Amino acid sequence: MIGKLIVTLMILSIMFGAAEGNLDKVSAAALSSCTSAIELIITLAGSMALWGGVMRVAEKSGITALCAKLLSPLTRFLFRGIEKNPAAENAVNMNIIANLFGLGNAATPLGIKAVKELNREHNGHTRRHTAMLVVLNTASIQLIPTTIGAIRMAHGAASPFDITLPILVTSFVSAAVACITAHALYLPEVKKYARR
Amino acid sequence: MRAGDILIPVIITAILLWGAVKRVNIAEEFAAGAKENLITAAEILPMLILLMTAVGMFGASGAADVIADLLSPVTSFLGFPDECISLAVIRPISGSGALATLETILTSVSPDSYGGRVASVLMGSTETTFYTITVYFAALKKKPDSRVFIAAAAADITGFIFAALTVRLFFR
Repeated sequence: MIGKLIVTLMILSIMFGAAEGNLDKVSAAALSSCTSAIELIITLAGSMALWGGVMRVAEKSGITALCAKLLSPLTRFLFRGIEKNPAAENAVNMNIIANLFGLGNAATPLGIKAVKELNREHNGHTRRHTAMLVVLNTASIQLIPTTIGAIRMAHGAASPFDITLPILVTSFVSAAVACITAHALYLPEVKKYARR
Repeated sequence: MRAGDILIPVIITAILLWGAVKRVNIAEEFAAGAKENLITAAEILPMLILLMTAVGMFGASGAADVIADLLSPVTSFLGFPDECISLAVIRPISGSGALATLETILTSVSPDSYGGRVASVLMGSTETTFYTITVYFAALKKKPDSRVFIAAAAADITGFIFAALTVRLFFR
């Protein structure tokens, strides 16, 4: 998919560049953007390494597991009946916590484990729970936006992390919309199973 | 000096302190975690070079202005800044592509401007929706049904609208 995206972008660039009389700028960008990529990674690498280290300490000292436990009431509310499947419940909790802590590398494997556990047995809730977990993962709730803070700092923001609260509010609202939509869309299926 | 400025050093210190209390080998575990993310950074770099080239070309071509003009009846109604339209388009498809686009936006406008802040919030509050859905359903060896896409798209559109809304709310 990403390959097609790149080729599409390039074709559009040349077409629009010709139409808008910007071909010289397109040419300059094609030659100089590779340097920007290296600069961007240098900007990000330090911050990524710092938070990777800090969050690993949080994981090893049991902070993430403790938070996962605190999350249980919410998980049981969103994933009705999940307490009958402790392996799934734990994986779902850990997946959400890994997202909150910005442990991107850990979140996806935990999420995949969670959907596999959820799909181990089939009942009326299986498909809804799967959809719920996937859309929660697409809503990206993160407590500290480390990468964005690092980029903003590099570009001279006065207070790079001042966007944290708006990001949290926006994430929570869109996650809520995702959950409500998923809940509503799968409601007929859940009711059908319940009648049996 | 605001309360927010001290939050990050306090969080880092508190986590490391708790690690020390729990007798975790802080230095070793920190290094392992840092190494893991440095490897990730190195791994995305080759792809990022190609992506930044494509995004850079696209940005220089003026295509985004044309698209922004076409969408302006909707976006101006929502107060959504023109410079963020390309980011909103690319965000659900590619994470590194969105990173490259955010970098381009913050190079052309100040990170403390309205557009710069909306771009930052948009980047932080949405995900690579299509990629995520693909990964999860591939792991289940199932085809995602359309309802997953509808719910995810509803969340993304909410995210776009609220990115502009919250920035206006928090920074006026």
